Amino acid sequence: MGRKYSVKIHNFKWNKYLAAGLVMTGIAVLLGILGFFWTPYSTTAMNAAEKFSPPSLRHIFGTDNFGRDIFSRVMQGLGTSIVISSLVVLCSGAAGILIGALTGYIGGVLDEVVMRITDAVNGFPSILLTLVIISILGNGKQNVIISMSIVFIPSFVRIVRSEYLRLRDADYISRARLMGVSRIRILFVHILPNIFSVFWVSVMIGFNNAILAESGMSYLGIGVQPPDASLGKMLSDAQGYLQRAPWYALAPGLTIVWLVLGFSLFGEGIRRTNES
Amino acid sequence: MKKKLLSLFFAALLTMAVLGGCGTDGTGESSGNNSSNDLSGSEPAYGGSVVVGIQQDIDSLDPHKATSAGTKEILFNIFEGLVKPDENGNLINAVASDHTISQDGLVYTFTLRDNVKFHNGSTVTAEDVKYSLERVSGILDGTALISTLSSAKGGIQKVDILDEKTVQVTVGSANTELIYSFVAAIIPKGSGEEAAASPVGTGPFSYVSYKPQEGIVLAKNPEYWQAGLPYLDEVNFKIVGSAETALMELQGGTIGIYAYLTDSQAQVLKSGGNFSVEASPSNVVQALFLNNAEKPLDNVKVRQAICYALDKEEIDDFVGGGTGAYISSAMLPTLTDYYVDLNATYGNKANQEKAKELLKEAGYPDGFDLTITIPSNYEFHMQTGQVVVEQLKAVGINATIQAVDWNTWYNDAYVGRKYTATISGITCDLTPGYLLNRFQAASNKNFINYANTQYDELYLKAQAELDLKKKADYYKQLQTLLCDEAGTAFLQVPANMTAISKDLAGYKFYPVYVQDMSTVYYVKK
Repeated sequence: MGRKYSVKIHNFKWNKYLAAGLVMTGIAVLLGILGFFWTPYSTTAMNAAEKFSPPSLRHIFGTDNFGRDIFSRVMQGLGTSIVISSLVVLCSGAAGILIGALTGYIGGVLDEVVMRITDAVNGFPSILLTLVIISILGNGKQNVIISMSIVFIPSFVRIVRSEYLRLRDADYISRARLMGVSRIRILFVHILPNIFSVFWVSVMIGFNNAILAESGMSYLGIGVQPPDASLGKMLSDAQGYLQRAPWYALAPGLTIVWLVLGFSLFGEGIRRTNES
Repeated sequence: MKKKLLSLFFAALLTMAVLGGCGTDGTGESSGNNSSNDLSGSEPAYGGSVVVGIQQDIDSLDPHKATSAGTKEILFNIFEGLVKPDENGNLINAVASDHTISQDGLVYTFTLRDNVKFHNGSTVTAEDVKYSLERVSGILDGTALISTLSSAKGGIQKVDILDEKTVQVTVGSANTELIYSFVAAIIPKGSGEEAAASPVGTGPFSYVSYKPQEGIVLAKNPEYWQAGLPYLDEVNFKIVGSAETALMELQGGTIGIYAYLTDSQAQVLKSGGNFSVEASPSNVVQALFLNNAEKPLDNVKVRQAICYALDKEEIDDFVGGGTGAYISSAMLPTLTDYYVDLNATYGNKANQEKAKELLKEAGYPDGFDLTITIPSNYEFHMQTGQVVVEQLKAVGINATIQAVDWNTWYNDAYVGRKYTATISGITCDLTPGYLLNRFQAASNKNFINYANTQYDELYLKAQAELDLKKKADYYKQLQTLLCDEAGTAFLQVPANMTAISKDLAGYKFYPVYVQDMSTVYYVKK
C-alpha cells in the first residue's frame, strides 16, 4: 500500500496553475478564518465622522455609508462565504457520492428513476430552486446551506455515476466480485479511490458555484442578515453608492473574483497534474 | 493583412459617420417642438411631454378601489372630488364651487361648479355626484369603498338632489374631519363597472393607456375647468425597478421627474447640474414600532428605555443625510394646528444612562434579546434598522434584524401582529386624527396592541368635539399620552427628495402623497 502512494507523490508535478491557485485561495481562506477571531475594526461599529472615506492606510478598502471599515467586513464576509460554501460542497458531495455510486453501479430501474429526478432538478435555474426551498424552510444561514446542498446534489451525482458506470465492468472489479468481495466494499474501497481525481475537479467547480450562489442569495437578501457582513449583501448595499463611493462595490466584488479565480486555478492545476 | 485592417478601419469610420448623421437628424426632429423657445427668463411654455418615474405598479385604476399610495399619487391627476387638497394641506373646492356644513355637522350642501366636464365630453351633473357618493358609501350595493364615508359606520346616510346644481348630503354622525373624505372622485353615473378599465374623471389629465409593469400614459384635458392648466400635452408615469435604475434613467435623460431619491443619490444628481433636487417633508411617520402585547415590551419602562436609547439625530444623519424631521408622537409636524413638539421628553440624542437605569428598574439589568422585523424592500428602513441595532447594543439590548419581504411583513406583522418590534412607516392623509385613530385599543389598525382606556375615552371626546380649538387640544393630549407611555418609539418624518429636470418648473410639493402634474411646465428659454 505504502509503495503505491509514494509512487504517486513521486509523479506529482507542480504547475503554475496549482501554485497560483494555492496562493490565491490560501490568502483568501486565511483572511476569512482570521476574520472569525479578529478584524482590524469592529464589523458593525458605526462612525459618522468617517462615512465614505476612500481607501487609505487607515482603512485599506475605505469605509461604507455607516463609516464601517470595509476591509473588516470583507474579512467577515469571506469567512461566512467560505464556511457556507464548504458545508454545501461537503453535504452535496457526500450525498452525490452515495447516490451516484449506487445508481451507477446497480443501474437498471433505480438508475433510470434517479437520473430523471436529477434531470428535473437540473431543469430549474438553481437560484430559483433555492428560493423555492428557502420559502418553504424559512430564512436563515442553516436553511441556505440545506437548500443549496439539495440544489448542488445532481451535479455531483452525474459525475460520480458516470465514473462508476465506466469502472463497474473493469477487470479488477469483475475479479473482486468473483472473489466474493461484498458490494459495499467494492463500491467504496475498490472504486471510490479511483474516481477521486475526477471528483476533485468537480468539487472545485462546485465550490466556486457555491460561492457565487451564496453571494447571489445574500445579494437578494437571503441568508446572512444585516448588520452581519456577507460579500453578496455588501455588493447589493453598495449599489446605491456606485458613483459616490465606488470602492464600496469594488471591494466585495473583487474579493469574490479573487476567490473564484483562485479556486478555478486550483482546480485546473489539479486536473493538469492528473493528466501528466 | 495591412490592407484588410485599413479597409476595416474605413468601414468603421463610414458606419460611424452614417450613424452619427442619423443621430443628429433624430435629435433635430425631437427638439423641433421646443425650438420656438427664445431666451427670455423662465416663462411657462405650453406643450411637451414629461416622463415621471414611479416606484410601484398600479393596484387599480378605479379611483374608489385603489388603495396604495403609489396609485393615488397618479390618479390625483385624472380624478377630482367635490373638494381637493392644495399644496398647503388645505381643502379647495374642485367639482363643487362652494360647500356649506350645517351647525350640527350633519348636513353638507355642495353647489356644483358650472361647466365641469368629464373626459368623455359630458358635463358633470348632480346625478353623477349622487351616483359617486352612493357608490363609495355603500348605499348603492351595500359595500362601502371608502370606510369613513360608509353608511353603516355613520358616514353618508342619504344624498338628495335639491336642484341641477345643488346636492345635499346627510351624514350619520357629526365629525369635523369628514369633509376631508369628500376628496373621493366624482365619476360619470353608472360608470363604476368600467372605471378600472377605462377611467373617466374631471382632472387636468385624461387616461390614455396603461401597461402592467411598464407604466401609465395621460394626456392633457383641454377642457379642464381651471383656466390655463395644465401646461403639458402628455405625462408618462413610468415604473422604474429600483432606486439605482431610477438614478441611471435620470442621468440618461429618460425620466424627467423622480420623487423618491435617497440622500446619496441626491448628492450625485446635485453635482451633475442637470437637475434641481429639492427636499420636502413627506407624510410618512417612521418608527420603531413596539408590540405592547409582547414580553418584555409590555413593560412601559422597557419601552421608555428604548426611546431613551435611540439617537434620532444619528439615525437621520446616517440614513437621511440630516433632512428628516424628528418626532416623538403620532402627528405630522406639518399639521401645525394639531402638532405638539414632544421631542424634549426623550431627547433627540441618546440618553444611555437613563435607558440603562430604566432597564434595571424594569428587571432587565443585563438587557434582553429583541428581534426587529423589517420589510426588506424598503432600503431606508433596513438602513435605519442597522443603526438602531447599534444604538440598542450600547444599552445592552441585543437586537437582531429579521428581514422579510413586503407581503410577509404585511400579513404576519401588520395584520397578524406576530412580531416583537418592527421598523416601518405609516402614511397620513390630511385628516389630523388619522394617525391617532389607530392607537385605540379596538382599532383594527392598532398593530402595536396599544391599550389604554384613558386614550380611548379622550379620542372619542375629540371625535365628538365640533369646536376646532378644543379638538386640537384633545389631540395634543392624545399625543402627549402616547409619547409619555412610550406606546412606540417614533423616529422621524423623512424628507422626500425630488429630482426635477432643469428644463421644467412649476412642480408643487404637497403634504399628501400626490404628484400634481397640472402646474408643471417647460421653461421657455
